[in-house]
Amino acid sequence: MTETQTPTWAFGLITLGKGLAVLVGLLTAAAYLTWLERRLLARFQLRLGPNRVGPFGLLQPLADGLKLMMKETFLPQEADRAVFLIAPALSMLAALLAFAVIPFGPPLELWGVKLFQLADPDVGVLFVLAVSSLGVYGVILGGWASASKYSLLGGLRSSAQMISYELAVGLAIVGVILLSGTLRLSEIVAQQAEGVWNVFLQPLGFLLFVIGGIAETNRAPFDLPEAEHELVGGFHTEYAGMRFASFFVAEYGHMVVMASVATTLFLGGWDGPFVEQAPLLGLLWFALKVFAFMFLFIWLRATLPRVRYDQLMSLGWKVLIPLALLNLTLTAAGVAALGAS
Amino acid sequence: MPVGALEGLLQTLKGMSITFKYLFVPPVTVQYPEEKRKAPPRFKGRHYLRLWADGTERCIACHLCEIVCPANAIHVVDAPNPKTNPISKSHRYAADFQINMLRCIFVGDCEEVCPVDCIVLSDDYEVSGYTREELIYTKDMLLEKHPGASGRDPMVKRGDGRME
Ligand code: SF4
Ligand code: SF4
Repeated sequence: MTETQTPTWAFGLITLGKGLAVLVGLLTAAAYLTWLERRLLARFQLRLGPNRVGPFGLLQPLADGLKLMMKETFLPQEADRAVFLIAPALSMLAALLAFAVIPFGPPLELWGVKLFQLADPDVGVLFVLAVSSLGVYGVILGGWASASKYSLLGGLRSSAQMISYELAVGLAIVGVILLSGTLRLSEIVAQQAEGVWNVFLQPLGFLLFVIGGIAETNRAPFDLPEAEHELVGGFHTEYAGMRFASFFVAEYGHMVVMASVATTLFLGGWDGPFVEQAPLLGLLWFALKVFAFMFLFIWLRATLPRVRYDQLMSLGWKVLIPLALLNLTLTAAGVAALGAS
Repeated sequence: MPVGALEGLLQTLKGMSITFKYLFVPPVTVQYPEEKRKAPPRFKGRHYLRLWADGTERCIACHLCEIVCPANAIHVVDAPNPKTNPISKSHRYAADFQINMLRCIFVGDCEEVCPVDCIVLSDDYEVSGYTREELIYTKDMLLEKHPGASGRDPMVKRGDGRME
């Protein structure tokens, strides 16, 4: 694009700045999501939740982080050392990397470099799909390397679950791609900002994506990989200290990414009232939409019991995937009939 | 299949509406150290040794509570009551009286057996300490500071047993 006019150092500097800002933002968001989850879940259950550390318990994530850092880092005797150490990092990497292509604000440019999106490849959607499914490796490798039956079972469950639900999620996304005719995320958002949000054109697809997304992020009621009642802690049973924290942060990071992707693809990304007049408002709209998803995640956790494993599988393969195929067929027929895009 | 799925979705939404309502119900949490709940009338908490209205000790060192205690938590040492400045209204008084709060199981048998309504279980439930020694309550800790300080009179029936 305009990279020829932009000096390389400026491009590098801005990208570095953006990257750091996003990294810090994401990690902070993940940390505070744990706080939000505990507080909200408590309110759903008529409790107060953590409110002692700092005002409203706002320093709780810091206290937790400090505590986790002080913990002994424990390595099981039989564990596969290298893999055991790499797995949490892999999980974290997958969660953070996917955010690189999300347009979290309007296309403002500084010296020809987009400010509110780290990178804007033409295959943004594919990139998100590819990277977010890498997360399963962290889980299954962690489970396998721990040399513990609980971890292994948790890891296996998780991989089966993530792979099954990825299909439904992928098919739901194809509907959006058919409508917009592009894989570039910024363009998908721009189209929605001009026209209608995809959620109105693809209500079924949106529903499937959200359900699949919850299963992909291993959240209740699909949190079988870490079903604490049967598997102790699932894949992270043997992890302690900061390595455990990495898994934990990765899970929340993954949730943020899922919510961001859903926002980008279905809810018009940064689009919202008065964005044309004040483009910076777009950041707020985006954050609000992501927050709404987080609320939904927590709300669901407060409501639904964990499903059984066979129920999970039959929901995925017998309900979600056929519905996703139906949705895809209808969308394709609609696009062909109207000759859209 | 699709009918079942639709039904499941509707039921999920119904469940979610119920949990959402609970988001606006005030929490039942009591912020303990700042906010304290009053114990119900029949609550059996830490012991007191009561005084007569004139300030003399009720305990006559009869050892009945010591004998009846199923947990062997009480230790009474009797001594002849001095003629001048009598401490109790009997020929004996408790020279030492100890209750091991770590052994006590708060059955209240001691209160029931006491012939002079001396030992009572109050509604103070904050029985805690950092060492074992400090949880052996001695006579000076157990004695009422002034008559009626324990807030408990065994001759008055405790509530009907229901929580308020
Ligand atoms: S309450 Fe029961 S256990 Fe405690 S001192 Fe009295 S008789 Fe013993
Ligand atoms: S407290 Fe009552 S039962 Fe126990 S020794 Fe004194 S008078 Fe006897």
